[in-house]
Amino acid sequence: MSPDGKNPIENFLRMDRIPHIWCSGCGIGTVVSSFADALSKSDLDLDKVAIVSGIGCTGRVAGYVKLDSFHSTHGRAIPFATGLKLGNPELKLVVFSGDGDIFGIGGNHFIHAARRNMDLVVICVNNFNYAMTGGQVAATSPIKANLSTAPYGNFEYPFNLPYLAEACGATYVARWTVLHMRQVTTSILEALNRKGLSLIEVITPCVTLYARRNRLGDGLNLLKYYYENSEVRHGADTRTLDIRFQEKITCGKFIDVEKPTFLECMNAHLTKTLGDKYRPYGV
Amino acid sequence: MKTRKADPKGVLTGAHYLDGDFALAEGALAAGCRFFAGYPITPSTETAERFSERIPFVGGMFIQMEDEIASITALIGAAWAGQKVMTVTSGPGFSLMMENIGLAAMQEVPLVIANVQRGGPSTGLPTLTGQQDMMQARWGSHGDYRIIALSPDSPQECFDLTIHAFNLAELYRVPVFVMTDECVGHMHEKVLIPPADEIDIVERKWHQGPKDKYLPYQPDADHVPFMIKAGDGYRFHTTGLTHDQRGYPVINAEVQDWCVRHLIDKIDKNADKIIKLEEDQVDGAEVVVLSYGITSRVTIKAVQDARRQGIKVGTIRLITVWPFPEKRIQELAGKVKAMVMPEINVGQVVKELERSVAGRTKVVGVPHCGGWVHDPNDILKAIKEAAQ
Repeated sequence: MSPDGKNPIENFLRMDRIPHIWCSGCGIGTVVSSFADALSKSDLDLDKVAIVSGIGCTGRVAGYVKLDSFHSTHGRAIPFATGLKLGNPELKLVVFSGDGDIFGIGGNHFIHAARRNMDLVVICVNNFNYAMTGGQVAATSPIKANLSTAPYGNFEYPFNLPYLAEACGATYVARWTVLHMRQVTTSILEALNRKGLSLIEVITPCVTLYARRNRLGDGLNLLKYYYENSEVRHGADTRTLDIRFQEKITCGKFIDVEKPTFLECMNAHLTKTLGDKYRPYGV
Repeated sequence: MKTRKADPKGVLTGAHYLDGDFALAEGALAAGCRFFAGYPITPSTETAERFSERIPFVGGMFIQMEDEIASITALIGAAWAGQKVMTVTSGPGFSLMMENIGLAAMQEVPLVIANVQRGGPSTGLPTLTGQQDMMQARWGSHGDYRIIALSPDSPQECFDLTIHAFNLAELYRVPVFVMTDECVGHMHEKVLIPPADEIDIVERKWHQGPKDKYLPYQPDADHVPFMIKAGDGYRFHTTGLTHDQRGYPVINAEVQDWCVRHLIDKIDKNADKIIKLEEDQVDGAEVVVLSYGITSRVTIKAVQDARRQGIKVGTIRLITVWPFPEKRIQELAGKVKAMVMPEINVGQVVKELERSVAGRTKVVGVPHCGGWVHDPNDILKAIKEAAQ
């Protein structure tokens, strides 16, 4: 609490839209708190920070954050943010959305944004299911987990998101659970202060659907599970980061490398190739 | 409406021999478009190629996205960053863009999409012509909304109407489609590009005044809200959800009614200002032929032949196809014996014509499944039958 009686996070929220729609025990709000904390610790001009969400529970984040905030279509937050960034390179772009949005329907866009090293901070809340629509199986659902469209348990191999991101060219990759609030804040802050495509995956409880169907208890039980089963291994080989049902979750910062971004590559290449006739873009 | 003269950097003043696809790119550059995101698709790709070749020297952004969904979505983002934006595509790509055309309509984002139509459905005829996306242009995304669609009949008009499309997009904060086709897209003709100071460009309807009083979706007297862009300190929100004037989601029937009617009204109530037609010998005509795009050029031959045979034929060329010139058609309904409408589809815009005349005048469609233009004799035959 700050001296004026306000929660410091209020400065970063559209308080006229509160209360939010998230269930009690949901972890999305905690990730939003970490994001607000990171913004408050950054030296960024917040008028130049824009946030884009897709559709779903996490897709609602853009609606609550007091920045230039864009609620786009399902899976399309990354190309939307790409357009904003390239339309005005002065902006710092944050994509804040869920696993189904970014890696299910929008997977192709993530792949290509990472390949281009587009200057985007991607915060992916991974709750292992499509929660807004009622707990359907997702590309991140662990094998054996019970989902409303996998009522006898999931048998599809899930994505290992850090491995996917590294393979596609992401230059910063971290994974935390929602229990690791300070580490999430640090990772977001690091991502905000760097260039290129950053992915921060945050494993988050979905109490109402995923936990209930799988008889995992309430929010506290899930945090306990994270507490007992998460292991921090910075720089771990991303091939080893699969998440199995109620087993160990490896967290940490896995990738942090420097590589020219899309815009830097474009300007450098065209300046070299076309010489003085080229009009560099956004510089 | 604020206008200014075109930025000479983008204007390739002079007489050129260009195909329609290239002329689309030149029109965009002349209109001040500095942001193009696209995905290759026959027969429209040359527009993207031309833009990618020219933009490094003009100053701007060309990006080939991973698909058409990403292309249109990047345009929406870039428009919110303050850019004038365009993409080009053909049938299958147009289908992929539909969801986010709805987002652009809902968020009231000015953008231009050229569709160099080919025969469909599905992959259809990649290299051969069609006019089968006209209804898709109008209704393709889900829900009720309005768009504007123009139809050029020549490379010159591909240039002129692309500039006009940008101006309309800015005036009404709406997606505008330049619905050309493979024939016009690949037809080489003389294109005159005027000096920059002869090209009028409509500026975005920027909000001026206190930031804290600004409501993103508060309609102005002309029904169109003022626009802002990201990065200017408004900290605004926009969504594809049904929203109130603040741009905040509100999920109920009352706000839905306001939100949808607003999208409809800003086009319908400005229709007279938007619609452009080219009429010839309509007064006193017994038969009027309506057509658009490449089909209007084939129609010229049929009409000349019919006039030689003593039939009083008038023509109306739809430069604006959507909104449809309902009022003008209703004036003529009952006065002329028949209206004939050839188009390269099995009957799309002709249905709107039938609806507008409401049975007061005979309507004769001249359908064609695509792959080639009409044989002028088929149109002549329809005119003769209609005149009887």
